[in-house]
Amino acid sequence: MFNRKFASVLGGLLAVAPAFAYESSYNLPVGVTPVSRDVFHLHMTVFWVCVAIAVVVFGVMIYSIIKFRKSTGAVADKTLLHSTKVEIIWTTIPVLILIGLAIPAARTLVTIEDTRNAELTVKVTGYQWKWQYEYLGKDVSFYSTLAADSNEARQLHSGIDVKGVKDYLLNVDHPLVVPVDTKVRVLLTGNDVIHSWWMPDFGVKKDAIPGFINEAWFKVEKTGHYTGQCTELCGRDHGFMPIVVDVLSKEDFAKWLADQQAAHKAAAMAMNTAAQAN
Amino acid sequence: MHAVTDTHAVDHHDHKPHGIGRWLFATNHKDIGTMYLVFSCVMFFLGGAMALGIRLELFQPGMQFFDPGFYNQLVTNHALVMIFGAVMPAFVGLANWMIPLQIGAPDMALPRMNNYSFWILPFAFTLLLASLFTPSGGAAGGWTLYPPLSLQSGNSFPMTIFAIHLMGASSIMGAINVIVTIMNMRAPGMTLLKLPLFCWAWLITAYLLIAVMPVLAGAVTMLLTDHYFGTSFFNPAGGGDPVMFQHIFWFFGHPEVYILILPAFGIVSEIIPTFSRKPLFGYDAMVYATASIAFLSFIVWAHHMFTVGMPLAGQMFFMMSTMLIAVPTGVKVFNWTSTMWKGSLSFEPPMLFALAFLFLFTIGGFSGLMLAFVPADYQYQDTYFVVAHFHYVLVPGAVFAIMAAVYYWLPKWTGTMYDMTLAKWHFWVSTISVNILFFPQHFLGLAGMPRRIPDYNVQFTDWNMVSSVGGFIFGFSQLLFVWVILKAVRGGAPATDRVWDSDMTTGLEWTVASPAPYHSFETPPEVH
Repeated sequence: MFNRKFASVLGGLLAVAPAFAYESSYNLPVGVTPVSRDVFHLHMTVFWVCVAIAVVVFGVMIYSIIKFRKSTGAVADKTLLHSTKVEIIWTTIPVLILIGLAIPAARTLVTIEDTRNAELTVKVTGYQWKWQYEYLGKDVSFYSTLAADSNEARQLHSGIDVKGVKDYLLNVDHPLVVPVDTKVRVLLTGNDVIHSWWMPDFGVKKDAIPGFINEAWFKVEKTGHYTGQCTELCGRDHGFMPIVVDVLSKEDFAKWLADQQAAHKAAAMAMNTAAQAN
Repeated sequence: MHAVTDTHAVDHHDHKPHGIGRWLFATNHKDIGTMYLVFSCVMFFLGGAMALGIRLELFQPGMQFFDPGFYNQLVTNHALVMIFGAVMPAFVGLANWMIPLQIGAPDMALPRMNNYSFWILPFAFTLLLASLFTPSGGAAGGWTLYPPLSLQSGNSFPMTIFAIHLMGASSIMGAINVIVTIMNMRAPGMTLLKLPLFCWAWLITAYLLIAVMPVLAGAVTMLLTDHYFGTSFFNPAGGGDPVMFQHIFWFFGHPEVYILILPAFGIVSEIIPTFSRKPLFGYDAMVYATASIAFLSFIVWAHHMFTVGMPLAGQMFFMMSTMLIAVPTGVKVFNWTSTMWKGSLSFEPPMLFALAFLFLFTIGGFSGLMLAFVPADYQYQDTYFVVAHFHYVLVPGAVFAIMAAVYYWLPKWTGTMYDMTLAKWHFWVSTISVNILFFPQHFLGLAGMPRRIPDYNVQFTDWNMVSSVGGFIFGFSQLLFVWVILKAVRGGAPATDRVWDSDMTTGLEWTVASPAPYHSFETPPEVH
């Protein structure tokens, strides 16, 4: 009886979970990739399991605090010393709960680690304190640095009201641009110290480590403008190397890529001409 | 344990040394314990001042007070001071005071080493804090000292490294002393499974310390030679491996986490039975659970570094082993709860702090469980969610347990009862403000705020303001704690030998006078 009631309450809570999570000023974003959604649901499931356990455990504690007070004449039952039976019960039940939670977690992890069949590969290099994006095999490469207005406002005693700066500390000069509905693989490395590339809406965080190449992938389902930050302390300006990704439709991306390649070619040609003139 | 002994006969033979020599050349466990506790208190306020600096800068977006480089120094040294200067010495101080009293010994087994292990600490922290005033400033790469970043440190680097070496040497000596004392100096009849749980927790902690402090020493020595002697242990340009440092560091670091919490478990296991007027439920299970946690602490280290890019099998293993820790920890929480069940509870300050520990440490345990799930950990790693998690287990966890212990045993130390009303004020202000301080940090982390950043987007303003307000209330309310202690040291209503109105104060420490005689037990008491 109690169990059924408990289960229905828990079910109800789980049902409202997605609605509860809409506002992102206190919870993870649901995100825009299949992985970020899986991660969000894993997060909420574990959270509600914890809440359920907390209700039971804290309930017993609060009940004891209220019911067994010396000031209300409670007399201690000193015969309650130990019980192998309950020790076994409260060892076994958590183990079962954990197994139940480990299965979806393991499944999601396997998906996250599967970087095969990527349609586009971008190499991401962390520098103190900016990112470099290289579109492998596409002849496109650029640096991505904190935008000038943020950079000016964030100086000590700048006197600029940062509330007036749009996307303060979350804007860059050249965002990473990727196509929608495409499996994009990122290869991460660091040039100087360890950085970490985090895009909350994609459910991706991976360290960019000098001497190592790490892999991650995402397949964004919605065009848009997404922001993240470096999440490994990397020195003085660690807080000032944001990550911005613009997700375009496949056609817009093809056009953008062609423009970049043309600009790249023009720049290379100009360099050649200058070199020959010398 | 019921001790039958006549300790009063020995009270008259106190030969207390006087003057500064009493402290400089101290070999008495109580004097050394007091010095540890006073030192820890000073460090708690110093580390707290750094924390308030951090909360001040984070009160609103934009850079108002500090250069980002100095902010990083604050973050780094706040952690080093709090971990190695405040929490660990506080536990060692409590061990010094209470272990001989609890096992019926006259003193610690190795009194001179005890003296060295304390007096190393002021030198260690002078070095560490002096490094902040060098031209290049102090260490700014985080307390975890990850290379290659930490290798960019200026010439204060050897000062930080040497300070860490000294702290490690001090901890190892303290740990050896605890083990030798507990193994050899227990009163006749006190078998290991009659040992008070505070001693048990410390015995296990001491083994952890001996196992991992040398690992830390090795890791930081390799950093030093990489920086100054041309080696390339961690330098990729020379063929080294920066990730190896993280593995070595966390092989120390995770047991270190339990070094900071196991003695707290022991303290709470002493206090809850006293004020529930009922023996601890499942004593044996508590001992085994503590030992299991200690064992597991050696095989979970890589959960601190899931994002470095480990093989799938490695991530699976560390996810599962980390989840397992929830089981013995849960057993402990359930046993404490069962101890209160059908008890006769009263709410003196030590019990209040122990109860706050029980609730708030459990919240930290829940967020710890969430962090075990690798795919979700990718989102939490290095955000304020992690900051909230470890502050919940360290502040209302370890620090509240230390305060509970002080409030529990203070009358035994001073011989006077402290101001209960003031202590309860201290409790309520601390407990409310610590939640205002740390709870919103869960929201900040989930909403996307990375840790160790001096400035943030305006979307994070509200919770940061709330957190900073809580931080300032919490910080300043600790002055109440000092006031309560000073008042009790200067005088007050005399405390009885048993101190507390409970028939569960059955430990040997309650059989001696309050204040405890200078040489605790000159003839060993019998334990039946």
